[in-house]
Amino acid sequence: MSPKENPSADSVKDKPSQCQTQLASADPSAPGITTSRRSFLKAGGALSMSSLMGAAALMGQSGDVEAAIEWAEHFQKNYRLMTPEEKAEARARLERRYSAEYDKKVSVDGTESQPGVLMGYALNIRKCIGCRRCVKACVEENNQSRGSKPGQRIEWIQVLRMERGEFSQDKMDHGYPEGLGIQVGGNAYTPAGQVLEGQYFYEPEAVPEKDATYMPIACMQCEKPPCVKVCPVRTTFREGDGVVVIDYNWCIGCKMCMNACPYWARRFNLTTPVLPKEEMNPVTHYMGNRPRMRGVVEKCHWCLQRTRHSRYPACVEVCPVGARKFGNLLDPESEVSLILARKNVFRLKAEYNTFPKFFYFYD
Amino acid sequence: MQQLTSFAADYTRYVLKGGTKFYVWMGCLAVLIVGMMYVFYLQNTEGLIVTGMTSQINDGLYLANLVFLVGVAAGAVTIVFPAYVYHHEGMHKVTVLGEMLAISAVLMVFLFVFAHMGRPDRLWHMIPPRGIYSFSSMLGWDVLVLNGYLLLNLVVGFYYLYAKYTGKPVNKKFFMPLVYISIVWALSIHTVTAFLLSNNPARPMWFHSMMPIRFIATAFAAGPCLIILAFLIVRNNTKMWVEDSAISLLTTIVTWCLGIAIFLTLSEVVVELYARTEHANGLYYLMFGLHGLTNLVPWFWSSVVLMISAFVLFLIPAFRNNTKLLPVPCAMAFVGIWIEKGMGLVVPGYIPTPIGEVTEYYPSFVEWLLTIGIWAFGFFVLTILLKGAIGILQGEIKYGGQAAAVK
Repeated sequence: MSPKENPSADSVKDKPSQCQTQLASADPSAPGITTSRRSFLKAGGALSMSSLMGAAALMGQSGDVEAAIEWAEHFQKNYRLMTPEEKAEARARLERRYSAEYDKKVSVDGTESQPGVLMGYALNIRKCIGCRRCVKACVEENNQSRGSKPGQRIEWIQVLRMERGEFSQDKMDHGYPEGLGIQVGGNAYTPAGQVLEGQYFYEPEAVPEKDATYMPIACMQCEKPPCVKVCPVRTTFREGDGVVVIDYNWCIGCKMCMNACPYWARRFNLTTPVLPKEEMNPVTHYMGNRPRMRGVVEKCHWCLQRTRHSRYPACVEVCPVGARKFGNLLDPESEVSLILARKNVFRLKAEYNTFPKFFYFYD
Repeated sequence: MQQLTSFAADYTRYVLKGGTKFYVWMGCLAVLIVGMMYVFYLQNTEGLIVTGMTSQINDGLYLANLVFLVGVAAGAVTIVFPAYVYHHEGMHKVTVLGEMLAISAVLMVFLFVFAHMGRPDRLWHMIPPRGIYSFSSMLGWDVLVLNGYLLLNLVVGFYYLYAKYTGKPVNKKFFMPLVYISIVWALSIHTVTAFLLSNNPARPMWFHSMMPIRFIATAFAAGPCLIILAFLIVRNNTKMWVEDSAISLLTTIVTWCLGIAIFLTLSEVVVELYARTEHANGLYYLMFGLHGLTNLVPWFWSSVVLMISAFVLFLIPAFRNNTKLLPVPCAMAFVGIWIEKGMGLVVPGYIPTPIGEVTEYYPSFVEWLLTIGIWAFGFFVLTILLKGAIGILQGEIKYGGQAAAVK
């Protein structure tokens, strides 16, 4: 199949009226939509396997969500390989779709990374009180799927509850092998601050709890990201300012990146994300928080829609104890650089040689 | 050219005709295939939420069957190798049947690839020039070697059949190099599939260099097991006779590959559980359960019992030389390895997650139906391919023969 046979972005541009029809059809009660869309598909006339499957996917779903997808969106290139004009067109197309879908003016930003910037993050684990306001703020800012069914809820930040653990005199003799003398002490089985077996769902009356410490994690924005290496279509990559991003329109949902990530930072859209119109954040970035679709992978991107415009990520802004710090690693006077210079700093799972730009520190 | 069209026409005509047994068998498979297509449609409209997969356990039955079937496809080399390198008489007569098995296994692998993806409609993103092919991705390499293997087997298998059909001798200058390439290629498909899993340090259960050789060993046990079963069915239901020498050589290969596979499994158990680091949690979950979650424990132990008892049965001459009893250990070994490489390897790789969360995997009805449907599709294709191949090998279709009858 030659790519030229595909109805490209141009063919849509030639038919502005068609786009209008599709936008207007965002109303699920309008009966005429299906036929008009079908005739449009016929006009497209692409006979490749992929386009047939695309058509099947398009026709299979009724309702306003899919009706607003423009044909050209199915055939756009990998975002990084587009010319600036194609990028602008792809974003404009998305703006039209999102605005129709969510009944408000949605902007899709495409601001590229700035020279001289390498984003970095530092988290003071002594200060974290485990309130999970960051989790909530992240979900609201980044248009994650929310919903009641398991598999519909997506949270990028996990706050692990670590037990402080207690060592006691009466556990001294309970070691292994039992009754044959002490080879391994009984207290060896006492959990205390383990990284790999924290608790993830805790609902205490108040935080912080006496017997717990907290360890928030999210995407570490590795300098040597294993997820990027395994991607068969190069849809996930490291941006110039160090953030690892995903072109959601190019992702094929093979989930290899989820196998590769040592920090369990990536989430899969098992179904069309549940995102109520009134809760949708209309200020979006193409590589960032724009609404995702079914069957693609997503993760934290340090709120590119904010940080590319000199604002803090939502989690940094909301943290009530100031445990989260964000800044430019190339600027020696930035907060993050000063922390790296003066505090005791460590990276999570440093033995994996992934070189995270997310650092933990304590006073 | 005229020979080629008559080959295609005769072949199609031959494989479509059959007795009641044939139509009933194909009809049953077709029903399952239709069911498979329906749930595949469901998956691509509702999303993978209709499966048991989650963000914690992001692959399950599909990846498990994919990995296993790559092994079955590679297992065809246990016929090709003795036939062409050791010039084994009995094997040489039936080599093409092994190639037909490889073709159907690879086709099933492709369907499982589609099944496990979130966006199969975007598969063209992998294909240049408009798509991107990534050489750093093991999945990219896997797609490349699997397509190559399919192509090699199609060419080698059907060229051989075509030569038989026309009655002309095989052109060895063209044919033999392809045969040798396909032997090495068979190893590559399973090695790359092993790398697909084992090259993930984030998943300690998978991250060891033993995986490729273990994959090859289990593949060369499970593949020939299926081939032996197919041969016995062919022997009893068609005019074609598969020689005892071929079956007994395959039995020997199965026995020792199975022995090596069991040895490697035991080695892993000792190495992991002696130190019992957190990296052994996946295996520990598989063997005994973790935090009271024990879904996979019966799978693991049934696989151990099946594999070890099949190995013992293969060692008993009364069993391995008796073609009536031989299907028993073959089926046991096949099922045992299916569990070991599937539910026993893919799923515990996700449990616990890299941050230590222990969850359980419950394959949904959709997943089971899709899995069974793809197997049905595989057997559908295999039946057709074997029927055609046997017809040509037996001389029931040959150039001129059918044409004369039509006149």
